[in-house]
Amino acid sequence: MVGLEHYLTVAAALFVIGIFGIFLNRKNIIVILMSIELMLLAVNINLVAFSSFLNDLVGQVFTMFVLTVAAAEAAIGLAILVCFFRNRGTIDVEDVNVMKG
Amino acid sequence: MGIADITFYAFAVTLLGAGFLVTIARNPVHSVLWLILTFLSAAGLFVLLGAEFLAMLLIIVYVGAVAVLFLFVVMMLDVDFAALKGEMARHFPIASLVGIVLLMQMALLFGSWQEAEGALSLRQAPTPDLAEMHNTKALGMIIYDQYFLLFQTAGLILLVAMIGAIVLTLRHRKDIKRQNVVAQMHRDPAKAMELKDIKPGQGLG
Repeated sequence: MVGLEHYLTVAAALFVIGIFGIFLNRKNIIVILMSIELMLLAVNINLVAFSSFLNDLVGQVFTMFVLTVAAAEAAIGLAILVCFFRNRGTIDVEDVNVMKG
Repeated sequence: MGIADITFYAFAVTLLGAGFLVTIARNPVHSVLWLILTFLSAAGLFVLLGAEFLAMLLIIVYVGAVAVLFLFVVMMLDVDFAALKGEMARHFPIASLVGIVLLMQMALLFGSWQEAEGALSLRQAPTPDLAEMHNTKALGMIIYDQYFLLFQTAGLILLVAMIGAIVLTLRHRKDIKRQNVVAQMHRDPAKAMELKDIKPGQGLG
């Protein structure tokens, strides 16, 4: 019988894959953004699993808000990326030193 | 093992495999396609959990909008991805170290947690019986009631994101020729050209 722990394990593994992707693709910011999406998806799976097994609908409502923020983040992130590419001609994150920070 | 369990394992394995391939795919276009598969199998898991509305939302919003957005950007930008990928082997040890440490931390946590005494009585919105109300309706009942303000704020966030993305990417290029429709329409043909009768052998001068 599949229980809460199974879903939590899947979500944890997906979260770790997301972190792994961020560290692996240090230069390619597009894949970094996709890895962040994976991590947010893992969080969503956690929320929905708890919501389902505890019979509380609030988890699903919260998932919807996470989804909203994830969509907004992807849109803004990709817009910044396009902007950056126009100015620099590359998407290498290690080249980001326009602000000399 | 029932059919529901087999479905769960199928979706879970697909989810994790596709998620892993997102991170290691050589071609970013393939990454996006694996990302789509990941979202689809996550939607399958949501259906298994009884959250049909969120599953459909995941397909519509992520597969229909976010993944296509990623695909657009990947294909639109002329990036030399091979050069970016060359660095991957160098980062592999540190990435797998971080991943394994994190996995071990989570494994330590596994099964060692317990529910608090009155946890079930603290539920804000207990799920109504399925015979009484389906998932979408139940979700709507509390979104438009208890969480109305938060829901509107979420809409506002999307609006701000939309305006921000447009402002960031919109540019007015000065160095190209554009069609000026108003000037074109108000052009007077009589002033625009002149007919000259040139005598043979004399020229304009």
